[in-house]
Amino acid sequence: MSSTDVESEPSTAPPASMKTSGRRIGDSVFSYLSVGSGVLIFLTLAAVAIFLTSESMPAIIASQEFAGTAEFSLIQTALPLIFGTVLASAIALIIAIPISIGIALFISHFAPRRMAAGLGYMIDLLAAVPSVVYGLWGGLWLVPRMEPLYVFLNTYFGWIPLFGGDPTAPMRNLASASIVLAVMVLPIITAVSREVFLQTPRLQEEAALALGATRWETIKTVVLPFGRSGVVAASMLGLGRALGETMAVLMILAPGATFSLHILEVGRHNSIAANIASKQAEASGVDMSLLIFTGLVLFVLTFIINALARWIVARSGPKS
Amino acid sequence: MSSSTSVQTPLSVRSTDERRLPWYHLIFTGLAGLLVAVAALSIAGALSVASAILLGFVLHLLFGWTYSLVREGPRWAMDRLVTLLVIGAFAVSMFPLLSLLWSVISRGMTRVLAAKPDVLSFWTSDMSGIIGGADAGGVFHATVGTLLITLWASIISIPVGLFTAIFLVEYADQGWKRTLGKGVTFLVDVMTGIPSIVAGLFGLAVFIAFMPDQSVRMGIMGAVALSLLMIPTVVRNSEEMLRLVPMDLREAAYALGVPKWLTIVKVVLRTAIAGLTTGVTLAIARVIGETAPLLLTVGMVTSVNWDMFDGRMATLPTFINQQYRNGNANCMSETVTNPVNQEIYACSISTNIDRAWAAAFTLIVIVMVLNIAARMISHYFSPKLSR
Repeated sequence: MSSTDVESEPSTAPPASMKTSGRRIGDSVFSYLSVGSGVLIFLTLAAVAIFLTSESMPAIIASQEFAGTAEFSLIQTALPLIFGTVLASAIALIIAIPISIGIALFISHFAPRRMAAGLGYMIDLLAAVPSVVYGLWGGLWLVPRMEPLYVFLNTYFGWIPLFGGDPTAPMRNLASASIVLAVMVLPIITAVSREVFLQTPRLQEEAALALGATRWETIKTVVLPFGRSGVVAASMLGLGRALGETMAVLMILAPGATFSLHILEVGRHNSIAANIASKQAEASGVDMSLLIFTGLVLFVLTFIINALARWIVARSGPKS
Repeated sequence: MSSSTSVQTPLSVRSTDERRLPWYHLIFTGLAGLLVAVAALSIAGALSVASAILLGFVLHLLFGWTYSLVREGPRWAMDRLVTLLVIGAFAVSMFPLLSLLWSVISRGMTRVLAAKPDVLSFWTSDMSGIIGGADAGGVFHATVGTLLITLWASIISIPVGLFTAIFLVEYADQGWKRTLGKGVTFLVDVMTGIPSIVAGLFGLAVFIAFMPDQSVRMGIMGAVALSLLMIPTVVRNSEEMLRLVPMDLREAAYALGVPKWLTIVKVVLRTAIAGLTTGVTLAIARVIGETAPLLLTVGMVTSVNWDMFDGRMATLPTFINQQYRNGNANCMSETVTNPVNQEIYACSISTNIDRAWAAAFTLIVIVMVLNIAARMISHYFSPKLSR
């Protein structure tokens, strides 16, 4: 988008008149407001980092690692939560990425042109549903209905660590939470992948078709190689969303604090965000600080992942 | 792409092996897959709609692929298989959406319509004095809270977001402003991904850092937290719209001696107004359903609080969460008496869950109305540019 390099200071052109000073004031006020808003974005993000750090300082200072007293440990508090968060997000992505790529291909290359916009809108609707409603649906509708599948997996595939353990009803386990997370990140991954797939050079696709390639061969040889980095970036954006999602995990998962790989077991895992939401009402003083500290960890984690994703998009994106 | 069939037609002369199958053979293989699935499942004694559809689809993949392999050869069989898989992926993603909407509408609307004494009373009554399993109460206080907090979040976010977008499009073109603009674009992108709970913690941390009372909770704290999530959405949507305004219009205005700020206000913003309204509406629709920040910053009450700067507030999302957490109620007797106004209600075990669904229905209706309004605005009011 280089549309703005052309004209920068045409406003000084008008001839001197009585209104000129008024115009200059208007111009400079508007300019200050705009630049100020831009600077405000910087300040806001800085403020997020500063306030989260300053408010978590009491916990950091009083912790085992710094004060030496054995009251509580930052690492022992944060690590199981990070493990739970990452595990839930990873499983959600494993479910969501193939489906999202499928949907993106369906909308961009398989569905009839006329339907494509409507189908895309249906996927966008998934993103419009508030997370608390997903939590409600997951907790009340999905959890009881997933039980036969979990029992099946546990009985016949229990030798795989992931499905092992001893699941008990109600199945408020990490698997259920991950499935709902997968539904929530689907629209994000789909939207970005679809954009990338649609930008595949038309001539290359037509060349492949002209050589007699089937639609799938065209996609395999032209579309997917072109869109690969876009899909990676889309998945990372989805990961950022899944890591920070609170309500779906809070309302579905029965919390625990272990490093268990058994995703079907109940009361083994918890995520950073859900832990903050469930404990904040009773927390005060150092406990509150500790929660804010875990929030800071989450902020840094998602910041890095999102920045990486945006960097990949910017680096590989179309230079139009 | 979609014309690949017509590209292939001349090739069919080559040999009978390469002849394409008509599309409706998929119906036959699909039916065959479903029938075999139902038969196999009923023999195994595990017949259910979900399992039949799942196994049927897998068998459909197998049958369709095999049949196509025999009649069309491996390359086209692969093409068929991928087509089926891709359609399957779309169907799988539609399933949660439809199931969720159906649950919310059927269970939520039932509760809304069953409210006593009249149909609207779920939306006009609050929760004061509603205890135990009393089959009464409503979301008036929560709806007021949601609308107030969203309004304040919009008051903060829309000017900041709009001016940032104007900065990016109209001012960040050279020198240090260009550098700043690049930084802002990057940070806005990153801000889009800030977890909502972190926004809530920020709202909380800012206020408890300056307030003597650590347990302070106010509506304005929620509005600040929400605007952190709303600003990036407003910036991105507005920026996109402002960039669509043709350069010719600006140059025409400059040529007539119109100052830059007046050009922006009278030409650029006016041309893009429909798109801007759409973007802002979508941003509002996004934050109106946010739960986690409000959980941390505004708490929960049982009656209406109109004051953004004093005391806790109820909101629809946190109300849903609270009612869901309450779970099933205890019903010791047939009726429950309201300690405030001595009214007597019937006792219902599922009253909390019902209220959660009904509140979810209310929230979904608000979000969908906003989304549809945004689409209609952009559809009917956007200027017809020649691109």
